Amino acid sequence: MNNVLTRRHFLKASALTSGGLMLELTLSGPLLAEALGTLVGSKELNAWVQISSSGQITIYSSVPEMGQGIKTALPMIIAEEMGAKWDDVKVLKSDVDSARFGLQGAGGSTSIPRNFDSMRTMGASAREMLIGAASEALEVDRAELEAKDSKVIHLSGESLSFGALAALAVRQPIPDPATLSFKDPKAYTIIGTSIAGVDNLGIVLGQSQFGIDVDVPNMRYAAYTRCPRLGGVPISFNEQAIKALPGVLDAFILTPDARAGQSSMSFLDGLAVLQGGVAIVGEDTWSVLNAKSNLKVVWDESAASTDSWSQMRREAKNLAGTAGGQIKRDSPVEAALNAPSNKAIDAFYEFPYVAHICMEPMNCTVHYIAGTESEAPRMEVWVPSQFPGQVKEVAKNLLGVDEERVTVNMTRMGGGFGRRAVHDFAAEAMAIAARTEGPVKLTWTRTDDIHQDFFRVGGFENMKAAVSPEGKLVAWDQHYIGFARNGKAVIGSGLRGNEFSMTAMPNARVRQSLIDIKTHCGAWRAPGANTNAFVEQSFLHELSVLAGRDHAEFLIELMGERRWLSEGNINALNTGRAIDVIQLAAQKSGWGKAMPQGWGQGLAFYFCHAAHIAEVADVYVDADQNFKVGKVTVAVDVGPIINLSGALSQVQGSIVDGLSTMALQQITMTNGRINQDNFDQYPVMRMGATPEIDVHFIQSNHQSTGLGEPALPPLAPAVTNAIFAATGTRIRSMPLSQEGFKLV
Amino acid sequence: MQTYQLMVNGAPHAVTSEPDKPLLWVLRDHLKLKGAKYGCGIAQCGACTVHIDGVAVQSCVLPISRVSGRVTTIEGLAKNGLLHPVQSAWIEHDVPQCGYCQAGQIMSAAAMLAVNPAPTDVDIDTAMSGNYCRCGTYVRIRAAIHAAAEARSVEGEAEV
Ligand code: FES
Ligand code: FES
Repeated sequence: MNNVLTRRHFLKASALTSGGLMLELTLSGPLLAEALGTLVGSKELNAWVQISSSGQITIYSSVPEMGQGIKTALPMIIAEEMGAKWDDVKVLKSDVDSARFGLQGAGGSTSIPRNFDSMRTMGASAREMLIGAASEALEVDRAELEAKDSKVIHLSGESLSFGALAALAVRQPIPDPATLSFKDPKAYTIIGTSIAGVDNLGIVLGQSQFGIDVDVPNMRYAAYTRCPRLGGVPISFNEQAIKALPGVLDAFILTPDARAGQSSMSFLDGLAVLQGGVAIVGEDTWSVLNAKSNLKVVWDESAASTDSWSQMRREAKNLAGTAGGQIKRDSPVEAALNAPSNKAIDAFYEFPYVAHICMEPMNCTVHYIAGTESEAPRMEVWVPSQFPGQVKEVAKNLLGVDEERVTVNMTRMGGGFGRRAVHDFAAEAMAIAARTEGPVKLTWTRTDDIHQDFFRVGGFENMKAAVSPEGKLVAWDQHYIGFARNGKAVIGSGLRGNEFSMTAMPNARVRQSLIDIKTHCGAWRAPGANTNAFVEQSFLHELSVLAGRDHAEFLIELMGERRWLSEGNINALNTGRAIDVIQLAAQKSGWGKAMPQGWGQGLAFYFCHAAHIAEVADVYVDADQNFKVGKVTVAVDVGPIINLSGALSQVQGSIVDGLSTMALQQITMTNGRINQDNFDQYPVMRMGATPEIDVHFIQSNHQSTGLGEPALPPLAPAVTNAIFAATGTRIRSMPLSQEGFKLV
Repeated sequence: MQTYQLMVNGAPHAVTSEPDKPLLWVLRDHLKLKGAKYGCGIAQCGACTVHIDGVAVQSCVLPISRVSGRVTTIEGLAKNGLLHPVQSAWIEHDVPQCGYCQAGQIMSAAAMLAVNPAPTDVDIDTAMSGNYCRCGTYVRIRAAIHAAAEARSVEGEAEV
């Protein structure tokens, strides 16, 4: 068996029937399945290029699209290196096939760094083959040729179009990747410009492309109902009454199945991804949703979750005073904390569970064809998934369908944010399909979608620190109180050990205590970072205030010398880049300027997902604690930007999402039942509260990295620090709606 | 079950349905018009917005038995092969991220511009307050609506 280190990339060229060139990059060796967050560093080759004799360049994009813009960004890299004209490029989505496309996944803001080199290799290989073809056709030296605007142009001005060269190019040798040279970024004409999303036209026309829109001949519709308390199992239900309702064709109980959880996604850890419940199959969506609302189920709740948010808070508060916990770092702090000449603070922070609420509720369409004596079962799946290839594993584990007998069609996703990395909804659809004639589409209600989420985990931190009479931070004592399942920290809970505060401070003690829960937790846009940033960056502001220091200056001082904490490792903080974004955000926002009555500015910096980002929020608070975020200034260093419009979109979206979440959203549970049922109880920010968003990119010489997540974490502390500046009130808990502050 | 006569995007349809089936599901499942989306089913998110006689309506809570008037969905917004100015502005400003909310956003924007051809930011925020965007494209929606308003006044278009 090969492993990831010995995996080889092969380029294959073949002739299209129309006489064009098709370049395909393939992988040898099996794909190592990788969990979220460990994706950086592996390099899959994720595309196909075709050039038809008429000059149409088709690029297949194999990374699932959920609004992060990858379907536009990756083809831009190929087109740039080829010398293509963007107008000649058509982007299509690829099949789901790991042998050809490697890991087809979107998560952890890793698609750009993972794919940049392979996209360049593909583009440069195509370019060299086209140049080789032109050199033969024109009988000139290849050194005198250049690929540009979808043409190969000779010094003399004579040129041949890519389309005209395609048939010849296919017979050129495939260049050895080691001999390829890449364009000087200064000569880029596509990378670094603003290119509109390739699917925009289809979207504004309302053409169907989402999973929920899937419609295949003879399709039936399904709804599924789990126990309101997580882990409850159905005993019986009002079967007669349900089956008598209009449009209902069938209704049956499914029992939980742990096998579906044996996924290579490490954080699932054998979780029973197929939860027990009652399936209703019918003629159309409304009929099954209507029947669902009439369902009466007797549940066995003996093993159901007893998790309650109020109980979790009590436990956390009790733990906060104690000495226990797993030690992450232990240098002496007591002396400095207790020295009478120093000033010290002891603060308790908390952050809630939140839901993903992708605008498109979870859904999946499955056609299961049972096996016969001579033939094994087959399955076709249409699924909005961040890791569509993994759906094949679910089919294998749950129903024993061989992976090569499962066809997966990836659809566009109406949002992902980490939710669509878990395939419980696909497992349900498969289990229903296995008992249904023909294809069936399962659609979750918004209530299902909220109750059955894999939530962003909540948590607590007891923070203590001291500053010296000179205003320097001299002790840092952090106690994280988070959550575990079966003794193991759930994703997003706990400290990773490389947080800036921990690594930069000489006197730091860091501990972590975990409370065992049953509630399902998952990756939520910038897991861990989105809550840690709030606590760390708010608390640092408390300290600079205590020390009577300017906060920007205080943060920069903490960074110390300009250095890369681990040379060459994009996942390690580079203090020089950090200082640059802090200074740029300060400068562009007019940091330190006199603010009108009621206004304050707040600054926060965070490093995650290989991105250095600083944000300044200008916030107004009135006498009734209504607050308005007037402007957010953002300074970003993710290296060179591929698509300026797409990158800006991700930052704008992260600011809005971050504000919506910190101001309004909280999931609570009582005795295993989630208390929020729909958007009336779990609101999303509306347009009127949107601030002006002023974004500045430092296009440093470092590797280009992703931007789907990292602009979100600094937003919450920037806003709460600004509220402090405006009012003197320190907010140590989210959402702000629970703290008496109303977003307007 | 009863049969209802609907006029959708200029074409007549006879639909046999329970009287309380919401228009959204009639459009999506019976007429196979998947542009209007399901987001909440309780008139909170606007993903299901369509026009009835030019007015923006949340179709997830409108029973088919109570539909009177001409229905226009996102699929019927472009006329004679020409995009509606709002649709063009959406592309021009590269508004969509995931795109799921955008049909609803576009229908709300188009309905507003039909009665308020030169909206202020506040007018826009008010008219669009029924539409969530989880991806956070609000900044670009605002800009695109202003651009569409401009384009309409240049073209002197009268009707949506
Ligand atoms: S689906 Fe109609 S308002 Fe949300
Ligand atoms: S674009 Fe994704 S919800 Fe609006």
